[in-house]
Amino acid sequence: MKISTDEVTKIAHLARLEIDVSQKEKMAEQLSHILQYIDKLKDVDVEGVKLFSGAAFMNNVLRDDELKVSPGPDVTLANAPQRDEDFYIVPRIVK
Amino acid sequence: MEFCELTIASAQKLLLGHQISSFELTNALLDRIEKYDDKMGAFITVDKDLALEQAKRADQDIADDKISALTGVPIALKDLLCTRGIKTTCGSKILDNFIPQYDGTVVSKLKGNGAVIIGKTNMDEFAMGSSTENSSYKITTNPWNKEYVPGGSSGGSAAAVAAQFCCAALGTDTGGSIRQPASHCGVVGLKPTYGRVSRFGLVSYGSSLDQIGPITKDVKDAALLLNIISGNDKMDSTSAAVDVPDFTHAFDQFKKGSLKGMTAGIPKEYMSVDGIDPEVEKVFKEAKKILEDLGVQVKEISLPHTEYVVAAYYIIAPCEASSNLARFDGVRYGFRGKSCEDLIDMYKKTKSKGFGPEVQRRILIGTYALSAGYYDAYYGRASQVRTLIMEDFSNAFKACDFILSPVAPAPAFKIGENIDDPLTMYLTDIFTLSANMAGIPGISVPAGYSSKGLPIGIQMMANRFDEMALLRAGYGFEKTILLEKKFPDL
Repeated sequence: MKISTDEVTKIAHLARLEIDVSQKEKMAEQLSHILQYIDKLKDVDVEGVKLFSGAAFMNNVLRDDELKVSPGPDVTLANAPQRDEDFYIVPRIVK
Repeated sequence: MEFCELTIASAQKLLLGHQISSFELTNALLDRIEKYDDKMGAFITVDKDLALEQAKRADQDIADDKISALTGVPIALKDLLCTRGIKTTCGSKILDNFIPQYDGTVVSKLKGNGAVIIGKTNMDEFAMGSSTENSSYKITTNPWNKEYVPGGSSGGSAAAVAAQFCCAALGTDTGGSIRQPASHCGVVGLKPTYGRVSRFGLVSYGSSLDQIGPITKDVKDAALLLNIISGNDKMDSTSAAVDVPDFTHAFDQFKKGSLKGMTAGIPKEYMSVDGIDPEVEKVFKEAKKILEDLGVQVKEISLPHTEYVVAAYYIIAPCEASSNLARFDGVRYGFRGKSCEDLIDMYKKTKSKGFGPEVQRRILIGTYALSAGYYDAYYGRASQVRTLIMEDFSNAFKACDFILSPVAPAPAFKIGENIDDPLTMYLTDIFTLSANMAGIPGISVPAGYSSKGLPIGIQMMANRFDEMALLRAGYGFEKTILLEKKFPDL
């Protein structure tokens, strides 16, 4: 699979990344190279094979619904990049 | 014996015999770190005061006869294990100022057993890499030769143990990140079975692949640490509700009758992998001979889907990563991009400035593979191939107790040699990725040196929850090979 620089822009937007114009060509080339290698998966006969998921052989874990003390806003917001008292500050999202 | 040479077992003997104090030991190791780590770069954070405070507390506990399995023993942690009050960066600028408000389960267990946390070790950013060159902070050099990489992604932990900066360390392994740096640095690295050790408080990369494990100076210490960190945890729904044996019993088994009765399988597909270094091959053949002399029956086995392991892994891991790393959005913690016009702009500036190139590359691969129209062709197919890989191993373990292989196709490479060629770097993971794909345990044990004096390890992999087989065979091998030089001169 060959990836164009336009596709890099599109995927980057989906991933909320901004790829520098000077890097796009190189990124497209590296991604194409990697995906070309990955294309070998097409050679495997997977007819009827079930999808594996790491957690598949585990049981669901449930716990009692019990009241516990909350760590409180000072602990919860301790790492906030920007806060105002007990709130996170983010750019305005309502026009 | 010098302080720095102490293993967990030997340090504990001296501590409990009141021959040394934890303060003296911790202080001596901190001095060693101060003297040598500038040029090696094994640590991101060392909090000297905090470490000495823990050491004093341990000494008090010993005086009061309140003794636990690790009382007073200095341990280093890979910097993606959350430590309350100590910066946890994951080797990334995006978490440059992140101070967790809680301890991960393994960290609580170490502290609960009296360990001294001596520092947080360098790593490839978010554990993505095989050389520790992808850290946003520094490059860690191989303690055996500073022109070479220590391996990765737990390169800081492996270098710290090899440089004797700590008695032992914890690393994490998503595709070989404990075993490969252990091999390159000449120490022991054990990746436990998926689910054996709780991942709570481990910053996720590939959630179905990640596992925490010990990096130690010898096999005995690996068992001692595994005893402590294993077990079911209600904070991690994927941690397994299975009994944890006393792993040190593996050594009694060895003492009782060498390794007679054990069978090792060598996958024929591994021996035809392109580009195995002749020196790695030589060490591997010698290791095989040693095991045969110990009574191990060695036979050829087959893992038919070996050829597809790297391709399937480099879909599954980036897909999981692209989902896991979406949380670093600049809202609740970590770095936030500057002068943002709106929310989307903030996300973009935060991630693009916060993540390094390899992390962005893997996020892009994962996003592409999971995007509309491609899911079935990539993630779906890779997951089916993963099922086939797992079946290969289930069949293989019907005929053998463990699988013997090299850890990496070549000894450590030079710093900068592969950095611009991600695919070549990925292909060096061929022998280690399978254990993560199948969820089985694997160990790397030092087995020799290259002509340049770089360590080379061998890998053993066993069936799920049979770490005992690895420890028994690894211990027997280590006690027999008796390498002449265990640690480098710094």
